[in-house]
Amino acid sequence: MSLIFSILAIGGFMCLFRIYKGPSIADRAVGVDIMGVLFVGITALSALFYDLPYLMDLAIALALFSFIGTIALAKYLEKRSLDD
Amino acid sequence: MISPLGWLIIWIGILFDILGTVGLIRFPDVYNRLQASTKCVTLGTFGIMIGIFLLKGFSPMGIKALICGAFLLLTSPVAAHALMRGSLHFGQKMWKGTVIDQYGVEKLGGAQIEKED
Repeated sequence: MSLIFSILAIGGFMCLFRIYKGPSIADRAVGVDIMGVLFVGITALSALFYDLPYLMDLAIALALFSFIGTIALAKYLEKRSLDD
Repeated sequence: MISPLGWLIIWIGILFDILGTVGLIRFPDVYNRLQASTKCVTLGTFGIMIGIFLLKGFSPMGIKALICGAFLLLTSPVAAHALMRGSLHFGQKMWKGTVIDQYGVEKLGGAQIEKED
């Protein structure tokens, strides 16, 4: 269990490295997108290990917010307004 | 019988996750990074969800895991495509080894490829 969480945490740190280092703003947006999907997996696995079913609801909500945040970042990069 | 299969699928999903984030570090430009990491991480997280469903069966947690996996499988490629189109319109150049950029030639008036130096 701690091995699984350690491996996924290494993945999260790789995303953080890309967010810190990325040469342009698009690289940082990619890092945020990938880290959101990765955290959905981490939340679902902690729901499995600690046997807490409400963490799975949290995983669904996190997937939804990650999607909406990425769409908003893409609209911002494209220099369009949100209701266009 | 069903429990080792679930653990095997969870481990395959974790392997895909870590390989996708390695691709996020190692590839040369935004488009390569996005296409390497979004496919791997989407399939990896979907594998984790399917593994939890196989371990838990038709309990509330298993059904929610299945719903969350289907939602991720639908929305993550859409978000990646929107992000890629946005960064292309933002003016992000492609890597200098890129062969062809058809979208840039047709829509943006010139290929968005870095010059060789």
